Amino acid sequence: MLRYTLRRVLMIVPLLFLVSLGVFALVLLIPGDPAITISGENATEAQIDATRERLGLNDPVLVQYAAWAGNALTGDLGSSLFSNESVSGAIMGRFPVTVAVTIAAMIVALLIAVPAGIIAALRRGHWQDRGATLFASVGISLPNFWVGILLIMAFALAVPIFPAVGYTPITEGVGEWARGLVLPGLTLGMAVAAEITRQLRGSLSDVMQQDFIRTARANGLRGRAVIAKHGLKNAAVPVVTVIGFQIGFLLGGSVIVERVFGLPGLGDLAIRSVLQRDIPMIQGIVVVTALIVMLVNLVVDLSYGWLNPKVRQA
Amino acid sequence: MTAPGIREADTASLDAREAISTPEQSARARFLRRFKRQVPALIALGYLVLVVLSALCAPLLATHDPLQQNLAGVLQPPGGGHVLGTDDLGRDVFSRALYAGRISLVAAAQAVAVAVLLGVIPGLVAGYAGRRVDAVIMRVTDALMSFPPLILAIAFVGVLGPSLTNAMFVIGVIFAPRFVRLVRGTVLSIREESFIEASRSIGTPTPRVIWRHVLPNALSPLIVQISLTAAMAMLAEASLSFLGLGVQPPDASWGSMIERGFRYTAAAPWLTIFPGLLIALTVLAFNLLGDGLRDSLGREIRRGS
Repeated sequence: MLRYTLRRVLMIVPLLFLVSLGVFALVLLIPGDPAITISGENATEAQIDATRERLGLNDPVLVQYAAWAGNALTGDLGSSLFSNESVSGAIMGRFPVTVAVTIAAMIVALLIAVPAGIIAALRRGHWQDRGATLFASVGISLPNFWVGILLIMAFALAVPIFPAVGYTPITEGVGEWARGLVLPGLTLGMAVAAEITRQLRGSLSDVMQQDFIRTARANGLRGRAVIAKHGLKNAAVPVVTVIGFQIGFLLGGSVIVERVFGLPGLGDLAIRSVLQRDIPMIQGIVVVTALIVMLVNLVVDLSYGWLNPKVRQA
Repeated sequence: MTAPGIREADTASLDAREAISTPEQSARARFLRRFKRQVPALIALGYLVLVVLSALCAPLLATHDPLQQNLAGVLQPPGGGHVLGTDDLGRDVFSRALYAGRISLVAAAQAVAVAVLLGVIPGLVAGYAGRRVDAVIMRVTDALMSFPPLILAIAFVGVLGPSLTNAMFVIGVIFAPRFVRLVRGTVLSIREESFIEASRSIGTPTPRVIWRHVLPNALSPLIVQISLTAAMAMLAEASLSFLGLGVQPPDASWGSMIERGFRYTAAAPWLTIFPGLLIALTVLAFNLLGDGLRDSLGREIRRGS
């Protein structure tokens, strides 16, 4: 297990290198002279030169990359072109909101998907199965911003039980904080729920047809125990994989949800930086979110070892 | 991840009844017969044909000029002279939705085309060339897949400037790894098959082997993936346009119509409900069509994808 873990952790290094190259290359993609773009259309020659100097654009590309990546490794992602706020500081400040929305969505997704997937798998071919499959197809097809707006219409305007917009920090009351997360969580969690339902249904119904399930039943194990101990644990690997994949979707989706519900998270910061062409801020956000996705995938891969001993020996 | 493609064990386990009742039926005939039984997929296909036709015939079907403003008749509810009401500038929502459908469909097609073009060749190379090239290509796709798609798209569009073409190019790049993996998997699964070996042994040049024998075998899973990717591309376009980073006014896509309507959620809910319904139905149709196609493919291929 230790060797498996070490090898898997080391695999992050080349990946991180490629990701950093990609993010750094964003600057090179700016059409024309980045210094002019960044300084603004009406900038004087002196201002443009100052920008060039500040961004190190006079150095060779490799030197620029080394400087940027070196700083990034120490947690210094540069500073905003507009507010001079440090990029990592700005990201850390917004982070709790996005994490809260993401976790709320994951909770919603699991609350819907686990029962739905189990019922569909055990009642394969029955109406429960068809209902769950239909839900899954529709769930992945709905644009989440539209779902958010419909939820606002229903539960904030027509029947005002939840706030339509805004975010209450947890320090101002856990109840209000949680209340504000219900609609964003539902909005973002719907598609994830659909995806997990689909996967759980498929893998659990495959597992339930295996010989060892029949053996467990023949040995007199009760139905529920068979499902929990033999069925779900064996069906978990593909499901956990899908949950891992969803992290990237959730982080991206939070941009949309934060826009719809007016939440001051990472997504809100991303949009604002993009509209201002605040390149260091954009780079910082992309690096941090990619890092999160990689770490989540690492945890997912390591969990395979726990779920399936064969993986450890491979 | 299991590789899609024909494997001996799977071919051998072909449904006995099917094999006996239709011994000399071609693969295509079997596919058509199975597909005709996929009712949701057939309905989805019919709906998509309808959407494409209505987008093509938008000038004939539109009841009003989609850009014509009428400040005396803003935010009119559906009914009366405007089937789906009017927006905040008094423009006819039905006519706008028809023209917006063109933009949404073309945008999705652009993204899919980019993804296929960028995905198929590296996929073939990765599957066919030796280990080292394969490893490099797979690491790059892994890296690309580490970025949350929407955030990467936003970043690129932020750097390149908001425009639909930029947005769709980026979406295509982001979806390309799916095609790389799919094609690579198919190639890996069939490159040791005897018909490939036979072709190689009589001296067929590699490009010809790939073109004549490898690619046709990857075609079916590719078509399935294209349909499913079209669904995702459409959602991505809608999302970016909703954020104001896709299509720019006065052009509109269904996503940007919702963005505009969102400002009048309380006063004019129809401005968001109708375009959203169109996106949802079209995406659902692409998904159902993709699922139906996959279920109609030979079991040998179906199992892997």
